[in-house]
Amino acid sequence: MSDKTASLAEERRPGSFIKNNLRDYGMLLSLFAIMAFFEIATDGTLLQPLNLTNLVLQNSYIVIMALGMLLVIVTGHIDLSVGSVSGFVGAVAAVLMVRHRIDPAIAFAACLLLGAAIGAAQGYWVAYFGIPSFIVTLAGMLVFKGLALAVLEGQSVGPFPPTFQKLSSGFIPELFPDFGTLHPTSLLIGIALAFAMVYASARGRARELSHGIEVEPYAFFLGKSALLAFVVLYFTYMIASHRGLPNVLVVMTVLIALYAFVTRRTVIGRHIYAVGGNAKAAKLSGIRTERLTFLTFVNMGVLAALAGLVFAARLNTATPKAGTGFELDVIAACFIGGASAYGGVGRVGGAVIGAMIMGVMNNGMSILGIGIDYQQVIKGLVLLGAVCIDVYNQRR
Amino acid sequence: MTALLEMRGVSKGFAGVQALRDVNFAVEAGQIHALVGENGAGKSTLMKVLSGVYPHGSYEGTIVFDGAERRFRGVSDSEALGIIIIHQELALIPLLSIAENIFLSHPPARYGVIDRDAVYTRTKELLAQVGLHEPPDTLVTDLGIGKQQLVEIAKALSKRVRLLILDEPTASLNEADSAALLDRLIAFRDQGIASILISHKLNEVERVADRITVLRDGFTVDSLDCRAEPVDEQRIIRSMVNRDLAQRFPERAANIGENVLEVENWSAHHPLHPERKVVKNVDFHVRRGEIVGIAGLMGAGRTEFAMSLFGRAWGTGISGHITIDGREVTLSSVPAAIEAGLAYATEDRKQLGLILADDVRKNITLASLAKVASRGVIDDFRELAAANHYRTAMHIRSHDVYQETATLSGGNQQKVVLSKWLMTDPKVLILDEPTRGIDVGAKYEIYRIINELAAAGKGIVVISSEMPELLGICDRIYVMNDGAFVGEFDKADASQEKIMHAIMRNRSLRDGVTANDAQATGAPL
Repeated sequence: MSDKTASLAEERRPGSFIKNNLRDYGMLLSLFAIMAFFEIATDGTLLQPLNLTNLVLQNSYIVIMALGMLLVIVTGHIDLSVGSVSGFVGAVAAVLMVRHRIDPAIAFAACLLLGAAIGAAQGYWVAYFGIPSFIVTLAGMLVFKGLALAVLEGQSVGPFPPTFQKLSSGFIPELFPDFGTLHPTSLLIGIALAFAMVYASARGRARELSHGIEVEPYAFFLGKSALLAFVVLYFTYMIASHRGLPNVLVVMTVLIALYAFVTRRTVIGRHIYAVGGNAKAAKLSGIRTERLTFLTFVNMGVLAALAGLVFAARLNTATPKAGTGFELDVIAACFIGGASAYGGVGRVGGAVIGAMIMGVMNNGMSILGIGIDYQQVIKGLVLLGAVCIDVYNQRR
Repeated sequence: MTALLEMRGVSKGFAGVQALRDVNFAVEAGQIHALVGENGAGKSTLMKVLSGVYPHGSYEGTIVFDGAERRFRGVSDSEALGIIIIHQELALIPLLSIAENIFLSHPPARYGVIDRDAVYTRTKELLAQVGLHEPPDTLVTDLGIGKQQLVEIAKALSKRVRLLILDEPTASLNEADSAALLDRLIAFRDQGIASILISHKLNEVERVADRITVLRDGFTVDSLDCRAEPVDEQRIIRSMVNRDLAQRFPERAANIGENVLEVENWSAHHPLHPERKVVKNVDFHVRRGEIVGIAGLMGAGRTEFAMSLFGRAWGTGISGHITIDGREVTLSSVPAAIEAGLAYATEDRKQLGLILADDVRKNITLASLAKVASRGVIDDFRELAAANHYRTAMHIRSHDVYQETATLSGGNQQKVVLSKWLMTDPKVLILDEPTRGIDVGAKYEIYRIINELAAAGKGIVVISSEMPELLGICDRIYVMNDGAFVGEFDKADASQEKIMHAIMRNRSLRDGVTANDAQATGAPL
């Protein structure tokens, strides 16, 4: 006992804060490094307003699915079917809206429900029958890929009604259209967001201090907040100088905030981590582990459906090939973002950053004209490297 | 006769716990040497030192085998000399055949290709030696546990065994299989193979042992030569349990009230083998402010009983009645059990009790998050206050409540588990082996906490394999054996000898009578 306390005291010497929290900030630093690299390598193309907007649009569906996948991975499972499910739901949406002329809002809601049902169907076997999620969702991957083909009868179906297209290709309405090209509404939202984030973290820090909780050093906090505000403001400025905030970015931001809140602050979020950390102990502590596992799959189904809709709206057509391989990017995003394959560990922020790293690499390499062949090689190596670093850090 | 094995002055400690203290132990060639002692006396640790599981350097003392000092770096070193250990949990691969299992690590082969004919002939020879008449290609999973044990022994023989170590080989065997196995040991002795037999079944020890060594609290307390004079069970039990109990347990004035939990005719079956009844028609009660112990050997069904009560967390085909505070309740799930005022702290802290990667705070509040949350949103500061409260009240020694529980000592981990359950505000607290693997000082603290809880009017149930502990802290002790309650003693009336006798008597009765008859001795007061 005594030597334990001593070693702890040793760890807490000043200056060790950065070292101990390197893992938390490491992902963010990697993202910045990768962005800086491509910014230079592409002669500034990467961060041009048009490309930045495209980057968001291209990766929105990966980020959306990564939010659900993170929860699935945290409970100690995996979902391989999300690509096929998103493709299938996109196909159903096309058939409903294009062939049957059903109102986009109703079709949209129906498709989300369909996603929930698919998630429930798969989660049922995993949670209540104890069939490994790898197998259940591998089956799902085949089933829904096949069903997508069947629903579309092997053809592409489009175009979608304009209201539906707005989901992906629309931008938020401009309230002050007289201010030229800078889209002040978007700019104002960005500024408000930056202030809100800094204010929230300052308030949280003050509250922690008042309760005698150890917090990051003040200089570190200032630096971090300034950097955060700068990044948000710069990003907003770039986006605003193109066409304003894309609708899908708003959807994404709201979802990220929601899932970050649920995982960090709510009882159900805590329970999800407990199930992944030690399912048996969680169960004996009165947590309904099966139901929770079931619900994470339902949630995943809904988000896969939403991603499928976003993707279909973006392409403005549903193709039998849609969604192919998405699951790999989504799962890679979670693992690059620090989720543990053994469950119980992983953060929403990490998964989002992971998805962005994948997105920036895809985008940057495409601009550089690297072929799809070597793009995959590089992405694979980055995934392996990120997880290796994580495992190494944990052993230390 | 000369000593085949001599272990001199062996000491071995784990963080805070001294498991072996200056143990001397010698086995002669062609001897059956029984090693007895309570759970936790140090038998398994001694055998792990001998077999190289704990390599040379991790213990003090010397091992002399076959006339030379040996420094084993691992199990393969000791096996090379013919020291083979057969653990209580068999190390067979269920879906491989007998022959494949026997020759798993060293199959007769040419150029890496296994010579199947040689495997079969050799297996047949070995099976004949152990008296097992099964085709070599039978899958191990299709054999009963007694036959599996024989396969393990055949596997040991295939390695040219000189000293065979059997850890509780008959624990899960019936009388006939046990007798057959013991006959094998006698046959091996006549061939010059020595055995070390670890067993709780003293009648068996009495039957086959040439010499008996008794371990207690890591000391060799007795070594009895059975050839010189007959040794009876009484004599062995006295050596096993005799010790000074003074000052190991805090003082307490019991203030016992009404029944808080009553269980009637409780039965449960094994979840994987529904035909096996593991808890047999148990009647049980605990009163407010009372500390009730459940004694028994490992595998008696105590944990299964407790977990089946706790929202059917274990078992299938569960039947019986539970009454809490005079109202009959049905506890069909763990949340329902917690809601009704039951708490169960598991015997396995690390696997079942804690989320080791999580900090003290999250572990403490895990079972009662609703108390620090409103509308499903956790109030960080209420949670922190609750965690800090228990950290102070229970004297959890950690840097703060954000320390990972994996880095705490066993005693402090146990206090975290207790905190978790106290936070649910239970009426009855079932503690399964609450002091297992905890050093003496921390044990005292746990006992003090238990006393405080009883004083606060909670009913406490303590399951423990350490009899002195039960005698030291309990007001009343039930004795469980083979799934049934076979004895009940008041504090004034209880002694280790009586408890041991209740168990042993039931063991020898077991074949002749049904468990229900045996339970007559355990009728409630």
